[in-house]
Amino acid sequence: MSIRISNEPFDKRVEKGINDEFMRSAVSGAQDRLEGRKSDSTAELGTWEDWRDHAEEIRQHTLDNLDFYLQQFAENAAAQGGHVFFAETKEEANEYIQSVIKKKEAKKVVKAKSMVTEEIGMNEAIRELDCEVIESDLGEWILQLDDHDPPSHIVVPALHKNKDQIRETFHKKRGYSQSSDPQELGRFAREQLRKEFLSADVGITGCNFAVAESGSVSLVTNEGNARMVTALPKTQISVMGMERIVPTWEELDVLVSMLCRSAVGQKLTSYITGLTPSEADDEHAPEEFHIVIVDNGRSKILGTKYQSALQCIRCAACINVCPVYRHVGGHSYGSIYPGPIGAVLTPLLEGYENNKELPFASSLCAACTDACPVKIPLHELLLEHRRDIVEHEGGGFSEKMAMQGFAYAASHPKLFEFGSRSASPIVDRFSEKESGPGPVKLWTKIRTLPSQKDDRFRDWFAERERRKNDGENS
Amino acid sequence: MGKIHNKETFLSNIAGNLGRERRTEGVERPVWKKQPQQEVFAGASPVELQEILIKQCETIHTSVDTTTAADLPETLHQVLQQFGASSAVYWQDERFHSFSLEPVLDSLPESMAWSDNDREEMTAFAERAKVGITFSDITLAESGTVVLFSAPGKGRAVSLLPEVHIALIPRSTIVARMTQAAEVIHQMREEQGKVPSCVNFISGPSNSADIEMRLLVGVHGPVSAHYIIIEDA
Repeated sequence: MSIRISNEPFDKRVEKGINDEFMRSAVSGAQDRLEGRKSDSTAELGTWEDWRDHAEEIRQHTLDNLDFYLQQFAENAAAQGGHVFFAETKEEANEYIQSVIKKKEAKKVVKAKSMVTEEIGMNEAIRELDCEVIESDLGEWILQLDDHDPPSHIVVPALHKNKDQIRETFHKKRGYSQSSDPQELGRFAREQLRKEFLSADVGITGCNFAVAESGSVSLVTNEGNARMVTALPKTQISVMGMERIVPTWEELDVLVSMLCRSAVGQKLTSYITGLTPSEADDEHAPEEFHIVIVDNGRSKILGTKYQSALQCIRCAACINVCPVYRHVGGHSYGSIYPGPIGAVLTPLLEGYENNKELPFASSLCAACTDACPVKIPLHELLLEHRRDIVEHEGGGFSEKMAMQGFAYAASHPKLFEFGSRSASPIVDRFSEKESGPGPVKLWTKIRTLPSQKDDRFRDWFAERERRKNDGENS
Repeated sequence: MGKIHNKETFLSNIAGNLGRERRTEGVERPVWKKQPQQEVFAGASPVELQEILIKQCETIHTSVDTTTAADLPETLHQVLQQFGASSAVYWQDERFHSFSLEPVLDSLPESMAWSDNDREEMTAFAERAKVGITFSDITLAESGTVVLFSAPGKGRAVSLLPEVHIALIPRSTIVARMTQAAEVIHQMREEQGKVPSCVNFISGPSNSADIEMRLLVGVHGPVSAHYIIIEDA
């Protein structure tokens, strides 16, 4: 997978999303639950706004001194035997990972959940080597078994699937014969994956936060798969986005606390694991520890008006409050990073060409900005994107988007009020059109179209493969 | 000593985008304007912290016993029976000796202290052992977390592969939250120049909400977690 998960045009993706009734009810249920849990867990602290200010200050200081902290991190990791590879592009990252796998003559890789490895298309690169790569996060494993269905949420990747669909996938691919009770499905996954952990040659993880002062990588999980991946195979590779770093363990505390509460409303998830390369042979640490630090377009965001987007800690709090995500679902964004942060980040990493609709898939209600634990001004960045797009494309583009209905705000009086107050010239233009063949009409029209349930993304993988064979970027 | 690849060009590019020269030294953390984490349960007594911990354990599906150092062997024995444990793997750690726990463990049909020497054999045993037993190095009241530092004899798999994880918690290890543990690890780095190769913060059994957002307890790691608090240790 790369950042892009679909080759279809934006309106087609949205149309599918809006007609997928199970997905839409799953998404709204999940949003309500996750958001409710987050609100409870942040309210009980009583000082949430102070926590946000602190977290923002940490992220800003770290980004402003990113070269210093990355150097400190790399030197500390290497001093204890870790190997650090700085990768400017996804190709460089994948080549290095391939070289480690080849050297180890590995036939099986187990992987913990990691967005950055999705972003660089690492799994496909590993498969080129005739080496199996197995996702071990339950949600990711479900998607992998189902012919590589793309994720639709960054914390709950298989959110768009119901338990009967999951049962069917387990049955077809692994001969599962029990019920669709989630406990039974979970137990089956446990048995199946236990064997994989024990027989894998290499374990690959992402990195929630690297710690500069000690050269450590931290992983935040509930299932325990990241622990399996790093405790059992003899070789470990951790892949990190270059901005995912803190100065010391003291800042790690703050950001991990913010991440757990914002993502799932837990004080801490079941497992927070800090792993540091070690030359001393204490207990069974991996014999080799490789860390791949990925730029892949991030550095060009530094020093621009979009720099704050790199403060993101991937908690999905913005996704869980977004009214647009609620209606169209994760796949509509066409990116592994959906929701408000996805609409900001995807065009920055991938360029506007295939992503220029995304900043318009927002009501500018600012719920995302209020939810963000590290205070990224998400709706303001979306407005910046719109301005930049209009500058490139001319006013016609924004008008087209307006007519297509992404002036979602207009159909929701409260949101609309906010949008027009925020003085975006584009939103203002919507208001003039409100009485005409306005945005709401298209939404209504889309909703009454025949259901396309069977279609979902079954062609997605085949299409992706075809594209790759045609020599396009995957 | 490990290798570092492509550092100079990569970091120079970052500095260039930030519109300045490379910073290779002299960066200090600022005095942070706010530090709300320091206020959480500030001034709570050890007894109060223990109460907070026990209450949090309800939320994280973890059962708790309290005992004394003298009664610990009997308490552990009962807990092992409760879980129907006929096999256990535990750390090679002098605390098992100082609390006189070896006879209890030796009385099980199968038990083994972790040994770093035979990785394959130990992993295979931990995989089929019913129970894994560890001592908490630092315990976080707020989140119900045991913090385990890896060291020789303290295998990572002991708290991971068996179906049940039993953590023994001296009351003196209980602190308010992750903040105090992070300070200890930061001090280790300052004073000893390094930190343990694996620091695990474990809060209850493993779980997932990946299927229709319903809570599944026990996915890859232990299905059950049990804490025994030693009130006079």
